Amino acid sequence: MSKKTCFHCGLDFTTAAINFEEKTFCCNGCKTVYSLLKDHDLSCYYDLQDAPGAQPKTNPELFHFLDNPKIVEQLLEFNDDGVQIVNLYIPHIHCSSCIWVLENFKKLHPAVSSSTVNFGKKSLRITFHSEKGSLKEIVELLSRIGYEPLIRLDDYDKKKKNIDRSIIYKLGIAGFAFGNIMFLSFPEYFQVGEYWLEQYKFLFRWLMFFFALPVVFYAANDYFISAFKGLRSRILNIDVPIALGISVLFLRSTFDIIFNTGSGFFDSLSGLVFFLLLGKFFQQKTYSFLSFERDYKSYFPIGVTKLIGKDKEESIPVHDIQKGDILLIRHEELIPVDCRLLKGKAKIDYSFVTGESKLISKKTGDQLFAGGKPLGGSIEVKVLNTVAQSYLTQLWDQDVFNRDKTSTFTSITNRMSKYFTLAVLSIATIATTFWLFIDSGMALNVFTAVLIIACPCALALAAPFTFGNMLRIFGKQKFYLKNTSVIEQLAHINTVIFDKTGTLTSPKESQVKYEGMPLNASEKSLLKSSLRQSNHPLSRSLYQILKSNNIMTLDAYEEITGKGIQARSKEQQLKIGSADFVGVKQPEKIAMNTAVHIQSNEQYKGHFTFYNKYRKGMSKLFNLLKKDYDLAVLSGDNAGEENNLKKLLPAKTKLVFNQSPQDKLQYIKYHQSEGARVLMVGDGLNDAGALAQSNVGVAISEHVNVFSPACDAIMDASVLQKLYDFISLSKASIRLVKWSFLLSLLYNLVGLYFAVTGQLAPVIAAILMPLSSISVVVFTTIGSNILGKKLN
Amino acid sequence: MSVIYILLSISIVVALIFFAAFILAVKKGQYDDNYTPSVRMLFEDELVKKSTSEKSKTKKVKQH
Repeated sequence: MSKKTCFHCGLDFTTAAINFEEKTFCCNGCKTVYSLLKDHDLSCYYDLQDAPGAQPKTNPELFHFLDNPKIVEQLLEFNDDGVQIVNLYIPHIHCSSCIWVLENFKKLHPAVSSSTVNFGKKSLRITFHSEKGSLKEIVELLSRIGYEPLIRLDDYDKKKKNIDRSIIYKLGIAGFAFGNIMFLSFPEYFQVGEYWLEQYKFLFRWLMFFFALPVVFYAANDYFISAFKGLRSRILNIDVPIALGISVLFLRSTFDIIFNTGSGFFDSLSGLVFFLLLGKFFQQKTYSFLSFERDYKSYFPIGVTKLIGKDKEESIPVHDIQKGDILLIRHEELIPVDCRLLKGKAKIDYSFVTGESKLISKKTGDQLFAGGKPLGGSIEVKVLNTVAQSYLTQLWDQDVFNRDKTSTFTSITNRMSKYFTLAVLSIATIATTFWLFIDSGMALNVFTAVLIIACPCALALAAPFTFGNMLRIFGKQKFYLKNTSVIEQLAHINTVIFDKTGTLTSPKESQVKYEGMPLNASEKSLLKSSLRQSNHPLSRSLYQILKSNNIMTLDAYEEITGKGIQARSKEQQLKIGSADFVGVKQPEKIAMNTAVHIQSNEQYKGHFTFYNKYRKGMSKLFNLLKKDYDLAVLSGDNAGEENNLKKLLPAKTKLVFNQSPQDKLQYIKYHQSEGARVLMVGDGLNDAGALAQSNVGVAISEHVNVFSPACDAIMDASVLQKLYDFISLSKASIRLVKWSFLLSLLYNLVGLYFAVTGQLAPVIAAILMPLSSISVVVFTTIGSNILGKKLN
Repeated sequence: MSVIYILLSISIVVALIFFAAFILAVKKGQYDDNYTPSVRMLFEDELVKKSTSEKSKTKKVKQH
């Protein structure tokens, strides 16, 4: 059988394909989407990009909660007179075809009047008429064509917040004022005593003054606020000399034009603010489609199905769940609260909490923790705790989650600024005292000139531009940082701690080993044939791994949820499933792995065992890291893997097993009190505490836009082996910032010469200030790009 | 020379108009998403192209 790719979703498949209109599809779902789009004249979808689609999920029941008007009302952005607007987050948006088909969504559903994609945020804004169709219908249609929206609890709680655009306004105002003041001040730069210039210069000066007003009092207000806050907590941050510089510039210029002693420095003032804001804007780049602040609310569903009486079902918001309620949790729905299993034998997938793909069997009466997903069928549960009191959610009540990491960290610019401010103030004082004896009229002039020219514009720009650029370079390599201060923190760490499952091991790939009596040909082919029928995750992965055998027709097939499969073909009978299903004891040594047992004609044959596979390049990464860092692996599992890990990792790596989420947090806290600066690399929610406690928490994710706990950085799992390069690059950027500090100090020295000797003319300030800023920006941008090349 | 007053006020008025346009654009959210519009502007043609290619396809079918 040759390998083909699906025309719709691009997946490789080897099994029987569905041929439709000369095109091949991997499954019926993909074919349906194709014909649906084609019927509505939307087949251009496939011209824009090859195989742009996603395999649609066939579980429309997941959106049951949209029947509840209270939930719908919370989700709607606008709801008036039958017109409703909703903003949905759709993780699958990834190419121009997606934008095209979603913006033509109105052709698929009569209720929709318009739809707009925001590609950066991966969101779709739909305007629709409620009398022609409900939100539920629209959402279900979206997921039918492979664009399943992710609706989570934090959408429900979210207040309709306004987007903060103040930085753009400020930048616009500063740029506007800068340009106009430059025009107005140009005639006076040449200081020619021409008749009409003398006559009109007052008009020009006062116009400049009015242009400068919004710059000082609106565009620059953040610097004053930050400087004030810094001084109040006795810190000389970089904004103190900036605020001082701005106020002196403004006051001196105003006095200059009032008493006609000069034309003032309004040009330098507005230029300074403009460049500073530009740096801030550049640094501000965040990945709008990623969220670094997630707590359990980003993962929890909005509504659940509550059972009232015997058969009556009702959708209720998760917040309204009371102790003692009976809930119906469907296949693949998330269990939002701690509860007790009433009905149905369940295999619970806790991968969301622990990062492990191993399923846990539960039987009636067992307690279930929030965060699991039942696979294989619906279950009925009785609620033991409300959402806020559940085991998983209580983790977020701890202090670490409310602590601002940046507040405990002094950035390199602020450390520098302390010495800088003191130096500038002492130079100003000495120069003023000197001039008091020589020419007391010049003293005030010199004092203000020193403060003006020493205003650390270039100094303040060095770090934002270097780190901002580095942030982009990292982002291109699929390492997404929350903000620029993470780069600085990354350069200062001395301990690296890894989680094991899901971080060092890959949850996607697993190795299978068969132990027991060899299977004969007819058993093998029956095994393959029966696995083909099953949708259980273990059956699927085993089916993929087994070599292709003749597919035979089955005479009998039965899948018992939570137990296994029973199949018969002619004389051959096979039981595939858990240990107690085939009637053997679970062997001790493989208890921690997942095993599939085989029984043929009432005789026990053996079992397939699934092992987690370690990611590629881990051994190499640890060997690179061991030179400079203390290493440790914290695992929530038992010590079964200890020998494997010891072989793989350098000898000095500490291995700690049986760690609860709380233990991991404490482990890091203890080492921090001993002076360690910790980089924690983890993946699941069980690492959330550790990630928050560490100096830098990096979440490893297979799909960056779907799952990751709160952290400082999100890293695509495929680039974990480059971790060492990322850390060395962060160190190199710190060095680069130091070099640009030196460059900007050189400019300051030149400026100080003019200031101290009392020759600072406005034109010199107007040249020096932008020149120093631009050369620092050019230097850091080129420098960081050269450094970034090393990554490839 | 008092023509300078007229020239100055014109230049400032023009500058203010552009400034107001900028503020309005920001307020309307034109700077919130700076990627999607660049893709969207290419789509108008696609719809036309599709319908013509569709026609040519049906013609071919008829010929057979």
